[in-house]
Formats: sequence, structure tokens, C-alpha cells
Amino acid sequence: MRARTRTIKVGALARVEGEGALYVRVKGDQVQEVRLDIYEPPRFFEAFLRGRRFTEAPDLTARICGICPVAYQMSACAAMEDACGVQVDDRIRALRRLLYCGEWMASHTLHIYMLHAPDFLGYDGVIPMARDHAPVVERGLQLKKVGNALMALVGGREVHPVNPRVGGFYRAPARREFAEVEERLRWARDAALETVRWVAGFPFPDFTQDYEFVSLRQAGEYPIDRGRIVSDRGLDIGVREYGEHFAEEQVPHSNALHARLRARGAYLVGPLARYSLNSDALSPLARDAAREAGLGPVCRNPFRSIVVRAVEVLYACDEALRLIGEYERPEPPAVEVPPRAGVGHGCTEAPRGLLYHRYAIGGDGDIAEAAIIPPTSQNQAQIEADLRRFVQASLALPDRELTWRCEQAIRNYDPCISCATHFLTLDIERA
Amino acid sequence: MIGVGNAYRRDDAAGLVAARRLAAAAGDRVELREESGEGAALLDAWAGAGLVILIDAMDSGGRAGTVRRAEAKAGPLPAALSRCSTHAFGVAEAVELGRALGRLPERLVVFGIEGGDFTAGVGLSPAVERAVTRVVRRALAEIRPEIAGAEVPAR
Repeated sequence: MRARTRTIKVGALARVEGEGALYVRVKGDQVQEVRLDIYEPPRFFEAFLRGRRFTEAPDLTARICGICPVAYQMSACAAMEDACGVQVDDRIRALRRLLYCGEWMASHTLHIYMLHAPDFLGYDGVIPMARDHAPVVERGLQLKKVGNALMALVGGREVHPVNPRVGGFYRAPARREFAEVEERLRWARDAALETVRWVAGFPFPDFTQDYEFVSLRQAGEYPIDRGRIVSDRGLDIGVREYGEHFAEEQVPHSNALHARLRARGAYLVGPLARYSLNSDALSPLARDAAREAGLGPVCRNPFRSIVVRAVEVLYACDEALRLIGEYERPEPPAVEVPPRAGVGHGCTEAPRGLLYHRYAIGGDGDIAEAAIIPPTSQNQAQIEADLRRFVQASLALPDRELTWRCEQAIRNYDPCISCATHFLTLDIERA
Repeated sequence: MIGVGNAYRRDDAAGLVAARRLAAAAGDRVELREESGEGAALLDAWAGAGLVILIDAMDSGGRAGTVRRAEAKAGPLPAALSRCSTHAFGVAEAVELGRALGRLPERLVVFGIEGGDFTAGVGLSPAVERAVTRVVRRALAEIRPEIAGAEVPAR
């Protein structure tokens, strides 16, 4: 008797950023194929950056993403400063880290409340959830707003900030300008703690994966804006060695490039990776909240990523308050960066994970080549591997339920498909 | 008055242009807000207002210059007025979330102006320019019957 083929298709993934689809084919009791199809059109940033001035990279690459523009600006600045042999001083570095905290808050909070939480509580989206849980959704909206306010203050604008530049900023705020957002951050820190407690109580499937986690690491601080690239399987390299250890490749079913470790294949970047590699570097408040929420020092269950994101929001609030408390206005707001021919590498931790930029520039400061590897691209192979295992373990479910669970599983990774296609339909075919 | 749009995408500026002219004609009894259309910001923009007129461009496949009007309290915005984007939570979602959270203004009137040209650049196409004038007249009539005949500024 021929084994039955089941096909599950999700033509357009909901509650993910960007446009993607999922296809799964099962024959009998074996998963044959899992594909995350990214049909968001490719955007060719790496091509049109060529010939532009090196100082334009932060502004141009910020347009890759409306949710994580600061990440692009920070990685671009790091790479250009590396190419030109310049290091910014600690005051500028601290202000960049503060701006980044605002973005982590805004991006993670959006994902937690509006994209992911509905899955755990059985809602189709945030709007039906809001009818039953209005105060909770309000809390999420207000928490996101505080992140946006911090980005507007330091970055000059909430979306595609205009203040960052190669070398630092166009203008640094005076200490007194932080008073209002500081007050709001205190409320936000409490709201973030409540968020951790709220999500910690969600029902989580018992699913763990044996990931190779990859993130930055910097002694004495939870990684956001700098560090070496490390993994839990022995990787420990400087940012300049990225290309020797990681490869980007084209796959036929996706407009987003896949990435893999040359030595070992698929790997995971993002909150789960950062947390598992650096949980000891969180602030005491965030560490305690993580423990109280049932997270050990390492977390291998992608469904619990919502808890890890909530812990990172709490950390971002805590860290922002610390940075404001210790703030010394950088004067001048930027260091000089005379262009020089060469190749520069920059790596920072976007909300979704490691974001790598590499530029070759000429002596005149014009960009000759650009390579941008976003976290969602790096995770694609791992997302497909996880889904394969997850579907394999869940074949007893009827198609409708299985489809919904697959979509939920994809949302674990908070994929940013716009980023992944810079250069969800779930199809499950059961046979 | 909330004008929603992008000033650098030709007809996508229709809502911004219309709202500015409306606010200029209506004087200091109204407050003008210009928004990109991001939903959470809209919820804040209309917070506490009695009457909100929101004007945005539409891209629903209709003839350029077509105008549609809807009242948020009456129900979800018609499909033609819904922003379709996987990248942002927009006007229609903001209305529904506002409804769910009890954060809709007393009255929220939404005007949509069908655009024809959304390419990069500044300036409205002629049909949309004419539609902006019509919307401003209609909206003025809604908000202040006694000044319905007020001069509509050309710029």
C-alpha cells in the first residue's frame, strides 16, 4: 500500500515581518522536505552601495529595515571605522549603546506583544487578544513607545534615525535632555519585569534543539555593540575573520541567502544564542528575573525565546538607565574619520542576532564593494532544520493544527524577512 | 486633522497635502498632525480628540482621484481603505486595535484618495490634486457647517 503524502502549505506567513511561505512534504511517517520560501523581492542594497561615499553607508543601509535601522547604522559605522583605522572614544560608544537599547526595547516589545503572544494565548492576532486583555496590550504599546522615545532622543528620529554618523553623532544630547525619558524608563523597567512574569506563564511545548549558538561576547557586558564572535562549540574569532569561518550561499527556493559555518553547517543567532552564551553578563535584575521565569543559564527551547526576549527588554531598560546615570556628553559628538583604502568589518547584535557588514573602500572614500549578512539570513538553515524536527515529532496532529503550530514555530525566530532579502505560506505535502 | 502619507512618493502625499490645507482653512480650532501611518503612533495622535479627520492615499486599483469616506465607529474600514503591508501595522489595524482597547476618538472620519503615481518624487498627479480639493471641501463641510464656504487655499 502506498504511503500517504501530506502537504501543508502556508502561502503567506502572518505576523512575521516581510513576505515568506512555508512548504513541508511528508511521506508516510517521514518528513521529506521543509522549505522556508522567501519571496519578498530581493533588494540589491549591496549592489547600489557601490560608488556611494563611505559616509552614506549608515543612512542607506538603515533603509533595509524599518524595525531595526539602528542595527544597520551601528554595524555600518563599525565597519567603516575599521576600514579607516579609527576608534571612537568611550563616551561616543556609550551613547551608541544607549541608542541600541532603545531599538532592542521597541523591536522585542513589538514582537512579544503583537506578533508572538497571541499564539500562546490562542488568538489569531493582537486585535482579538486586545479585546480580552486590553490592559496588557496597552502595557505593551506604552513599553514600545518608551523605546521609540529613547531612539528619537538619541537618534533624532524614531524610524531611520538621522543622528548617527561614521565617527559618532551629528549632535550629542545634553545631560538634562534625558530627564523625561529617564522617568519613563523607570516605568518601562517595571513594565518589562511584568512582561517577563506574564510570558513566563505561557504554555510551552517541550521541544529542544541541539544548536550551535553564535553571538558576540565582550568581557563585563551583555553583548550589543561590540565584541569577538563566539559559539558554544569552540568558535572564538575577531570580527575580521568572519569570512574565513562563515559562508553565504544562494538556495533556489529563497530570495534570501542562507549562511552556514564552513566547519559545521547550520547555527543559531539571536536572543537564545546571546542569552545562552552570555547570561552571566546580564544585570542582576535581569538575571534574577530570568531565573524566576524558569530559564536556566542556557535555553535550547525556541518556544521559550519569548521569555528570553522579555528578559532582554528588561536588561535594555536597566542598561539604558545605567548609561543615562553615567552619561558624559561626548565633545565633539564625532571623531574625524579620514577615508583610507582598505576593507573594514563590523559586527553588532541586532535584536534578531548578529549583523555583519563588510566594505571595501577606495582611498577617495568611495565604496567599491559591500557585503551585508543579516541575522535572519544566518538563521534560515537552522529554522528549516528545527521545523523538520518539529514536524517529525508532531505528525499525529491533523493538518490544520499542524499548520498553525508550524507558523507559531516560525514566529519563535522573529524573522525579519525584509532584512533577509536585502540583496508565510506553509505547504505541507503529505504523501 | 491627521494627514497620513509619504511626501516623497508623489500621490502618497495626498493625505498630507489635504490635511495641511484643511487645517489652514479651518484655523486654530483644529490641530494638524502629519503621520507616516505607523499604527501605534496613530493611536497616540488621535488620543483625546473629539472629532478626527484622517486623510490617506489609497492604492486599491480604482481610478486615480476616486475618493472614499468611512466612519470608524460604523465598523472596520472597507478593504479599499486598508493598508496592506507586512512591514507595519497601519491605519486599518490602528482603528481595530483602538476599537478593541476603547481608544477610538468620539468620531473618526477617514477619507481615502486613490493615487495613480506612487513613484519616487514630489508632486501630485492632476486627478489627485483635484481630489484633494474635493476632500478638503467635504471635510470642511463636516467640521464646521458655518464655514463650509470658506476659501480653500490653493497651496
